[in-house]
Amino acid sequence: MVMGSLRQETEVAVIGAGPGGYVAALRLADLGKDVLLIEERARPGGTCLLEGCIPSKALIHAVELCDAARRAREIGLTFGEAKVDLDRLRAWTASVVSGLSQGVEGLLKRRGVEVVRGRARFHGPRSIAIEGSEVTGVDFRQCVIATGSRINELPAAYEKPVWSSADALQLPSVPESLLVVGGGYIGLEMGLVYAGLGASVSVVEFHPRLLMGADPDLVEIMVKQASGRLHEIIYESKVVGVERTADGFRVDIERDGQRTAQEYRQVLVAIGRRPNTDKLGLENTGVVVENGIIRTDRECRTADPDIFAIGDVTSGPMLAHKASREGKVAAEVIAGHGGAFDNRAIPAVVFTDPEIAWTGLTEREAQDQQVAVKVGRFPLAALGRARTLGRAEGLVKVISDAESGLVLGVGMVGPAASELIAEGTLAVEMGATLEDLMVTIHPHPTLSEALMEAAEVAAGAAVHVAPRKGERQGG
Amino acid sequence: MFEFKLPDLGEGIHEGEILKWHVAVGEAVREDAPLVEVETDKAAVAIPSPRAGAVVRLGAAVGDTVRVGDVITVIDDGATATRAGEARSTAPPAPAAPTAPRRPVPAAPATRRLARELGVDIEVVPATGPAGRVTPEDVQRFAAGSPPPAAPAVASAPPPPAAVLPAGEAGAEAAFAAHAASTIPLLDIEPMPDFATWGEIEREPLRSIRRRVARKMVTSMILVPHVAHMDEADVTLLEEFRQRERARRAGQPGGKLTLLAFVVKAVTAGLRATPAFNASLDPFREEIIFKKYYNIGIAADTGKGLVVPVVKETDRKSIVQIATEIEDLGGRARDGRLEIDDMRGGTFTITNVGPLGGTAMIPTINYPEVAILGMGRVQEKPVVRDGQIVIRRMLPLTLAFDHRIADGADAARFVSEMVRQLSDPNLLLLET
Repeated sequence: MVMGSLRQETEVAVIGAGPGGYVAALRLADLGKDVLLIEERARPGGTCLLEGCIPSKALIHAVELCDAARRAREIGLTFGEAKVDLDRLRAWTASVVSGLSQGVEGLLKRRGVEVVRGRARFHGPRSIAIEGSEVTGVDFRQCVIATGSRINELPAAYEKPVWSSADALQLPSVPESLLVVGGGYIGLEMGLVYAGLGASVSVVEFHPRLLMGADPDLVEIMVKQASGRLHEIIYESKVVGVERTADGFRVDIERDGQRTAQEYRQVLVAIGRRPNTDKLGLENTGVVVENGIIRTDRECRTADPDIFAIGDVTSGPMLAHKASREGKVAAEVIAGHGGAFDNRAIPAVVFTDPEIAWTGLTEREAQDQQVAVKVGRFPLAALGRARTLGRAEGLVKVISDAESGLVLGVGMVGPAASELIAEGTLAVEMGATLEDLMVTIHPHPTLSEALMEAAEVAAGAAVHVAPRKGERQGG
Repeated sequence: MFEFKLPDLGEGIHEGEILKWHVAVGEAVREDAPLVEVETDKAAVAIPSPRAGAVVRLGAAVGDTVRVGDVITVIDDGATATRAGEARSTAPPAPAAPTAPRRPVPAAPATRRLARELGVDIEVVPATGPAGRVTPEDVQRFAAGSPPPAAPAVASAPPPPAAVLPAGEAGAEAAFAAHAASTIPLLDIEPMPDFATWGEIEREPLRSIRRRVARKMVTSMILVPHVAHMDEADVTLLEEFRQRERARRAGQPGGKLTLLAFVVKAVTAGLRATPAFNASLDPFREEIIFKKYYNIGIAADTGKGLVVPVVKETDRKSIVQIATEIEDLGGRARDGRLEIDDMRGGTFTITNVGPLGGTAMIPTINYPEVAILGMGRVQEKPVVRDGQIVIRRMLPLTLAFDHRIADGADAARFVSEMVRQLSDPNLLLLET
């Protein structure tokens, strides 16, 4: 290791190699820029790849196979009880993660992006100091901040060793009983994984319902399906104390001022994330931070025109696909090609079983914003392909402008909702109308037909839904 | 934090090109100190800073085209907003307040990109697509300053290419698609061939004055049925008189008593006699608008392009006054110091390419004016006077006029009267 000061110069410095930062770096390199990527972790991929979306989806897939095997009994197939080999499951998940991470490494290498391991901190508006690296500093012309977010620190009431979602993804064990604190998407996904692996899982949520961002009708259908796999869901309650006991935790839960104490073998806390903007030395730049969030414009530019910010450190949902898109916008703007994050819809997907997904305007937002909408709902029970899968519980709905028929949003719950939402997002992004969805031929028999059918319902021209008595359909 | 938007620079000015920044990011700027120079279609304007403070951001680089309303500078005037390092919250971010944002106008991503590239705010583009969807053609039309078609979508233009093209290519494709849908029979606009196939090329954006001239000329040539009428004026006597007076007045204002000043006066006399050439045609109301004032535009070559400063009220000014004004306007045109008002209100244009050479030319009308006079080079020529060949100084003149509102006979009368006046300085005296 070279000691002392080794400074480097680069055209563009990208801080953070998550799905925002590495995408920005690759695109910048493709557009002819000299790029230096600074990453604190040993591998590229960020939270999403290393301790978020990817490993959780691998585990969810495993659990879904178990469920499918159990459900198969109903259609005349009986398998033995699934045996889970935690070590192999853990190893397989790790191999998925490392395979993808190596893939990213290869992409960066082939494009000549220099990757520096260390912790970056702005020293001035055009220079970064790097801790823990032989390259101690970088002078740049332009910079992209893509430092992402971290799990909210545990409130004082908690005592280690409760789990964070990152801990839970390591599959330390399958506890007999598990309390998940927080009924957001991370809590629900992880809770259902552990339930599928055999734990008795309870979820405690502060609000009167789960998944506050999603429409209640979608959540309701999912909860009805999932509640059979969960021990209980405790609404409108908060954890006020967690105490270590001999073989687990004693948890004080408060509801309407009433406290009750419960014993759990393990506690998993999933209470949100916060942007990594506080230890970056941003006070040495012109970047403006409000409530921990970096203010950016449509070009992903901060108040300092040569510093860009993308992903979880900026406003909007903390989602990998939003960060990636912003990474491309920032890269194109820096390379002088122009670009803007003017996306109309950022899809949200929850990998519960059944899956929930929505994009664009939700029905609840339409109410809050007093947008006059026509909503078409199509139940999967009326869809041939859903029946053949034995998964007829679910719903696809289209939220359209009451006057023009413009598709403003799509929401769905059911099998493969995570895949089907892409068409809804395209519709919103393109400014498609109900007619566009109705006229487009959807292959039969597939789940994708549900969106076309829902559009027909919204337009009052559905053939597969019985009209109400005394009501003739238009269209 | 103050966002300074490009202010309205006057009637009909939508955009300008950044010529020069007087400040840089990080620098302090005083209120009313020069901030930026912007060249519009008509003139270069210096814009002062509306606030005192530190320049946080420049919204455009030199050479960029900015539109009225675009944020061109962000100035930290000490008002609102926290900077990094101050008052940082340790609480997790609060969810966004449930405000009711205006729904963005529906348009495909490729259309939105096209609008960005053309500097068009897509939210204000009149839409012709279903459900209020803005089409690429709508954006093109808006950028070209044309009104939307009365009936929705007359011609169905081919959709823009789905393939990902480099920015400029996509824009060009869409522009071509929009214009190829023209409804003029037999008009066949083909895409540009790839000239690089046959040798080296260089591309330069069509901007500012050049673009303005291009638009005006296409408009004029397509809308106006041009007719050209030619004659020669014998300026021998006038030139003798002019040279004599010029020598006498050397060093005084208007001392460069140019031939052009006399022609302006003769034109003014002609316009008074033939009002049709001092008019405009309103094709929408089917009316002819006669102007009772005489403002003569002088086409001036500035090295950066063609501008037409206007000498106002030439019927009320002496030839010396007119000469003085032409000299002043010409000088300021070359230095890029013309004000927008210097180039407005013209009723007739004269283009004088004679000093640069050429016997005759057919000028294009400065639409919405209806006539333009082209002056060729004064040359000594053998002409026949009283059965004798004599050498006279001849000035070739071409009047191009709008045949919608005047006929060949009007032009003949107009030009003959002018030729008569220029041949005899005494007659011009009567006009002064």
